[in-house]
Amino acid sequence: MNPNYNFAFLDEGSKREIRRATLKAVAIPGYQVPFGSRELPIGRGWGTGGIQLTLSLIGPDDVLKVIDQGSDESVNAVNIKKFVALCTDVKTTTHTREATLIQTRHRIPEVPMTNDQILVLQVPIPEPLRVVETREELTKRMHAEKDYAPMWLQLYESLIRYGRVTISTEYPCMVEDRYLLNPSPIPRFDTPKLYDAECLYLFGAGREKKIYAIPPHTKVSPLAFDDVPFQRETFPGKRCRLCGSADTYLDEMFDSATGERFYQCSDTSYCQEMRAR
Amino acid sequence: MILSETPILKVEHLTVRYGDGCSQCQTHLEKNRCTACGSIWAASDVSLEVYPGEVLGIVGESGSGKSTLMQSLYFDIEPTSGQAFLRDYRGGAQSIWETSSAEKRDIKNCVMGMVYQNPVMGLRMDYSAAANIAEKLIAAGHRDAGKMTGRVTELLDAVEILVSRMGEAPRHFSGGMQQRVQISKALANNPALLLLDEVTTGLDLSVQAKVLDLIRKIKARYGISILLVSHDLAVIRMLADRTIVMLDGRIVESGLTDQILEDPQHAYTQQLVHSLL
Amino acid sequence: MAYVAVSGGKEAIEASIRLLDWYRGGTTLDLELEAIEKKLSLLVDRVMGEAGLYSPAYAALALKQCEGSVEEAVFLLRAYRSTLTRHYYTTAVETDAMRAVRRISAAFKDIVGGQMLGATYDYTHRLIDFGVGGESAQALYRRMQALLAVQSPEPVTPCPRVSDELKREGLIDILPENDEAPFDVTENLLEFPAPRSARLQTLARADTGFLSGLAYSALRGFGMVHPTVGELRTGYVELCVPYLFDSTQSIYIGEILMTEVECLTEADDQGKLKLALGYGAVFGRNENKAIAMAVVDRELSHKGDYPAQNEEFVLTHGDSLEMNGFLSHLKLPHYVTFQSKLDAVRKTRRERR
Repeated sequence: MNPNYNFAFLDEGSKREIRRATLKAVAIPGYQVPFGSRELPIGRGWGTGGIQLTLSLIGPDDVLKVIDQGSDESVNAVNIKKFVALCTDVKTTTHTREATLIQTRHRIPEVPMTNDQILVLQVPIPEPLRVVETREELTKRMHAEKDYAPMWLQLYESLIRYGRVTISTEYPCMVEDRYLLNPSPIPRFDTPKLYDAECLYLFGAGREKKIYAIPPHTKVSPLAFDDVPFQRETFPGKRCRLCGSADTYLDEMFDSATGERFYQCSDTSYCQEMRAR
Repeated sequence: MILSETPILKVEHLTVRYGDGCSQCQTHLEKNRCTACGSIWAASDVSLEVYPGEVLGIVGESGSGKSTLMQSLYFDIEPTSGQAFLRDYRGGAQSIWETSSAEKRDIKNCVMGMVYQNPVMGLRMDYSAAANIAEKLIAAGHRDAGKMTGRVTELLDAVEILVSRMGEAPRHFSGGMQQRVQISKALANNPALLLLDEVTTGLDLSVQAKVLDLIRKIKARYGISILLVSHDLAVIRMLADRTIVMLDGRIVESGLTDQILEDPQHAYTQQLVHSLL
Repeated sequence: MAYVAVSGGKEAIEASIRLLDWYRGGTTLDLELEAIEKKLSLLVDRVMGEAGLYSPAYAALALKQCEGSVEEAVFLLRAYRSTLTRHYYTTAVETDAMRAVRRISAAFKDIVGGQMLGATYDYTHRLIDFGVGGESAQALYRRMQALLAVQSPEPVTPCPRVSDELKREGLIDILPENDEAPFDVTENLLEFPAPRSARLQTLARADTGFLSGLAYSALRGFGMVHPTVGELRTGYVELCVPYLFDSTQSIYIGEILMTEVECLTEADDQGKLKLALGYGAVFGRNENKAIAMAVVDRELSHKGDYPAQNEEFVLTHGDSLEMNGFLSHLKLPHYVTFQSKLDAVRKTRRERR
């Protein structure tokens, strides 16, 4: 740990401010709480929101796991772990079950998390209505008045044009029938994991300066018409090349030598554990 | 139409003034502008009633205040003073200009429908015709896509648009067709009152005739009340049961359309009628 | 060496950082920090301005560390800011009392206090001087020191503002003094409509290119009438902090070099016209940015449909860290989300409801 920096880089006042914003977010599930996002040695757009949450929550007894695209070894995950190690002495792990704090980009682990775990998700665009309204001044009012008709309109237009809903990731969800939420760019495959979970989900957008949360046992429903059920991505007939799994989210890859197409579990630590059994 | 029934719409002393006004405004008006302070009295003390099942025509040239009246009713501008009551909103107990923005949205969705002279004002030009209509249904709380599409089909049929064109965007439609999409959108939630603002102005004469004919059919089929604004007395004569004549922001004459045409009292009305014949 | 392999990410990053040394290590000649600070001062000024941190020494260090990349240097300074405790807030800086080294007005041929051209590249002929390569730094330095030695310091007479005269004539609105604490954009989320203090801070720290382009667009018709630079002044201003034990007293802690611009446009005044002011201020001598800031400040006071008049558009998209961070993040792996998009695209081509 570098002695020139405070434990977990940020000064204690900043950490406290971020925790207060987080508490407010937990008290109002799905509501985007503005906060004074601090600048870090890692780029805006590279996870500074998630990192600020991690830094303000982490203590010497925590065990940290960082994944990106589901993998512990991805450049971004490694980079973030390196930074956190620089300013704390916290133990890290690749095993989901061992971690107390997990920071992730674009995936929720395959292993269901428990009540004493926190998942911190990195969010590029916190505002689910941004695709239908560019102005923050208006989207703020829309949330206040629960005016989500333009989002439903997007869904309907998609049905008219393509016969199906074509929203891929960042699928908008209603939280406790009150706030519309952007679950971050997780695939639809992971969206149902938000519903009635045991763990705490925290969402941090550093560049956009918002924090929001889904506390345990919260009702989170993807936006869907009554007669057009929400659909996840599917990998019909495909299995993980390494562990044989047919019910996890898979990475589609091309062999660098032969060009042959194959599939592998996106959640690398889960895959390893499956193989170890 | 029975005059003794409760009016669908009752407007009382609507005034819209641009500028601060001064003590000399009432005595120094040139047309609708005060020569002393430059304030514009776009509408002065306008009161009217629309009864169930009737078409009330409003005729006047530009600057008469007829557009100001329409824009005030549809919440596109905020009146300086005055009240308006809708029978189908809280039984007419509260002036619609004293409601919250959420309540105004409800009124626009379910109690009133508006058709603008310029279709760009009333339609999302790059969404399909079906989505444009469905937007109203969604705003009223409908969440079954199939049923909504069914209703869209009904409405397109009622305005004589081929159902096969429902997936096309109004940007590619003719002017007359765009107006018909607007009409079907305005009717989506069975409003009690339809506001038509110069809806045939700018269309070819033959197309005008078709749209006017359609409006007559809709009136007959749905028994809906209509507030019809036009600078063209011929249009008023064809559709309106009663008529109001506006000049420089004020009502100068009102009565049964036939009477006004046969025996105009005010000098301005006489001018209009003479130019018609 | 794999980029996003199932393993080896850590080694790839370390090797990547070592490779940067290749780019910095192509010569035995050193880049002295003092040389960067003193001989590339306009670059240093730009970095300080966009970082919102006045420290020529650290700006020079940052530039050396990252091969002269403005965006990287700004990043380093901003990140460093985050670890520093803010000990004091200065009292409002009196730019009226500026010790000006350059002061011009395009509005009047002559002004009270005089037109002082000062040092500027404006009237140089942009011809590459091939002799600069053989310039002797020692000789140049000695020459400058010699010039200084034969001069004696004169007392500073602060110049009144050009706009003060126009205010006296009643052509520019005189606004009441507002001593409200300014909104701090570094500690709060900017919400709209934004208070003017937030607008000016955001513009002062904005990326120079972005701001200049917006101002240029306004001048070319995507905005109001052609503004006039009422006054541009570059010089040294004093920084004072309130004395802890007696708030009526303050302590001088130093001076900084800055440039301030007031630009004037005709504006509507209910049947008449008046003049309205746009304000720009930057660290150092980046005059064009100060002018651009003043132009855009005026445009934002006037609501309209052009990009430079759209408050959310202008204030949200000019921050160097946010802009470059988000653009560069596109280089991060996005294969999970891309797979999801592939699924959506492929399904529309396979099944139709």
